[in-house]
Amino acid sequence: MNIMSEAAVEETLANRVAEEQAPVKMLCRNVSVHYGADQALYDVDLDVGEHQVTALIGPSGCGKSTFLRCLNRMNDTIDICKVSGDIRLDGEDIYSPSIDVVELRANVGMVFQKPNPFPKSIYENVAYGPRIHGLASSKAEFDEIVEKSLTRAGLFEEVKDRLQSPGTGLSGGQQQRLCIARAIAVGPQVILMDEPCSALDPIATARVEELIDELRQKYTIVIVTHSMQQAARVSQRTAMFHLGKLVEEGATDKMFTNPDDQRTQDYITGRFG
Amino acid sequence: MSTATTILIVLCLGLVGYLAGRFRSVKLSSGTPQSLHSRPGYYGWFVAICATMPALLLLTAWVSISPAIIDNRVFDTLPDAVQTLPDSDHALQMSKVNAVAQGLSRLTAEQRQSFESGSEDLRELMAQTGVAVAGDIESYMPAAATLLLEQRAASANYRTLLVLVLAVAGFCYAWIQVGPQMRARNRVEAVVLGMLIIASSIAILTTVGIVLSMISETWRFFSSVPPMEFFFGTVWDPRFAAAGDTDSVGQFGLVPLLAGTLYIALVAMVVAVPIGLYAAIFMSEYASPRLRSVAKPLLEVLAGIPTIVYGFFALVTVGPFLRDISAQINGLVLGEVSSFIQAQSVLTAGVVMGIMLIPFVSSLSDDIITAVPRSLRDGSLGLGATQSETVRRVIIPAALPGIVGALLLTGSRAIGETMIVVLAAGVAARLSINPFEPMTTVTVKIVNQLTGDLEFTSPQTLVAFALGLTLFFITLGLNVYALYIVRKYREEYE
Repeated sequence: MNIMSEAAVEETLANRVAEEQAPVKMLCRNVSVHYGADQALYDVDLDVGEHQVTALIGPSGCGKSTFLRCLNRMNDTIDICKVSGDIRLDGEDIYSPSIDVVELRANVGMVFQKPNPFPKSIYENVAYGPRIHGLASSKAEFDEIVEKSLTRAGLFEEVKDRLQSPGTGLSGGQQQRLCIARAIAVGPQVILMDEPCSALDPIATARVEELIDELRQKYTIVIVTHSMQQAARVSQRTAMFHLGKLVEEGATDKMFTNPDDQRTQDYITGRFG
Repeated sequence: MSTATTILIVLCLGLVGYLAGRFRSVKLSSGTPQSLHSRPGYYGWFVAICATMPALLLLTAWVSISPAIIDNRVFDTLPDAVQTLPDSDHALQMSKVNAVAQGLSRLTAEQRQSFESGSEDLRELMAQTGVAVAGDIESYMPAAATLLLEQRAASANYRTLLVLVLAVAGFCYAWIQVGPQMRARNRVEAVVLGMLIIASSIAILTTVGIVLSMISETWRFFSSVPPMEFFFGTVWDPRFAAAGDTDSVGQFGLVPLLAGTLYIALVAMVVAVPIGLYAAIFMSEYASPRLRSVAKPLLEVLAGIPTIVYGFFALVTVGPFLRDISAQINGLVLGEVSSFIQAQSVLTAGVVMGIMLIPFVSSLSDDIITAVPRSLRDGSLGLGATQSETVRRVIIPAALPGIVGALLLTGSRAIGETMIVVLAAGVAARLSINPFEPMTTVTVKIVNQLTGDLEFTSPQTLVAFALGLTLFFITLGLNVYALYIVRKYREEYE
């Protein structure tokens, strides 16, 4: 797993700072993923900048969701999935045996494609993470975390009078914001979003996109999206995947106006994908 | 012509009808089968159904109704002396006439002549042909039997004729109907729908029939024993039914039996629910696909073992084991080696029944847990919960209503179980709260009251129907409640 020397890591981190880019939050080198005999991802090198939104784009089946799930080891839950390469969070190898996957996922939260609130009350949905991680002990502390998380997710005003009603009773957009609040409540550093708006209508989508932009102040965000406009609107950096390979990665402005690779150009302009 | 031949002819006609209908529809479409309303096969089926179904229905009706009509007609010709006999003797006389008729039909012409000339006894002749007639053959019987045979022959002829005519008529009707505009597909599908409805109503009607038959017997029971004594009596002592002796009506208290039933079922559930649930959680959440593919069928083998075998197990293994171990415990604690658990006890029956129920609990719960959407698991794991936290805080709460429904279904099975109880808890109807002593259940007592020589007039046997009906309503209530819970669950989480 640990294929980079510590010196090389230091160097990379230093280089990024020197280029006056955002400091690297997550650093990925030679990440490959196999599902049984099939290889889904080929030697991906990608850096995720702190307090930036990194968008992963590409046609369906290109491996962008698989890559995203490597970042908090959600692929571990799939038996036949094997991940190789080097992924570091703040310079620490997340696949090293000394890392507790539970702690990692608390630091790298995830929001899924389909809103998946637990069949519990809105309050309990948000309090779920803090409860299992013991982040609060008294009722007052929980109340504070729940309110803060819901506020950050832009949902508190809408649900403050019915915190005890089931989370499954909310509308699709509200459910997704509830899931974001649930992820925030654990106090992560990075939030991974797997097509968070694909099940939402345009108004709810706009609401969530606005939210993503606000969240950038406090968190590092990686988002998989099929919508070019969404990638252009919310992200600072964009990475283009195709057939399990990283085609190119760069500042979003550049990617959407003057990409280096012809495939990126074709995909963005809708000629394939 | 025999019934079988008739059926065969009708079916052949149906086959011909299928081919003919198909052929005719193709021919009428004048080379463009697309212009037909339905595919040619449907026209074939339509003709086949019209040819066979009414004919076969008529045949069934005829075969089931005609014997009664013929018997009635023959009976009317019997001498007045016979007709004035009580009802129960009527059936006896008629069955004799039937036997004579059967014998007559087997006699050769030669034997028949010797009987008519009076040279040989009819009964002996019949014995030679292998028909035994009980008692003497009365003088009027041969004549009645002959009439019976004639009537039957006539009935068979009419039957064959009418059935075949109906079949041909149906064939012709359908043949004429076939045409490009005819909606054969819809009509065939209507017939299929009808058959599906009949099939599903048979199960429901049978249930209703069972309940009604039990209700009438139960009613007779309650006419000799007041319901209050039955439902609230605490002593079960039915005594023996002695013919003509009306004094020895025993005590029919339901309470000890019901208590035993619920007690044993409770012990069984206490054993089965935790083990079954843990097994289900392991199978659905932790086991690798390979382990699961081996372990799950193995667990379900338990469900395939006949309950009487569990009974043996309880009788020769678990019961003595519990008795001996209780003696050892007593020896250690009190210094006196005597067992406080009897070999046949509530505990033995409950434990063994619980083992029997494990696969039901685990299999049903496993299905329900597996049905919890994967997105919920991912959501919880993605927040940094461990697998066990996910199971405990998300999966089980989400699956709980379904699991409760499954447990109620299992409970109604425990209440209906008989064989294990007979062998493991005995047949003594006692009212006790000590699980180490024998008790018995409603089902065991039903079996008890209905074995041996029976007369269905005494409360000693009729009580079985009252017990059965009580049990039926208890399990029905449990099942309905389980369905209600499962339905509520569906509304909430989908």
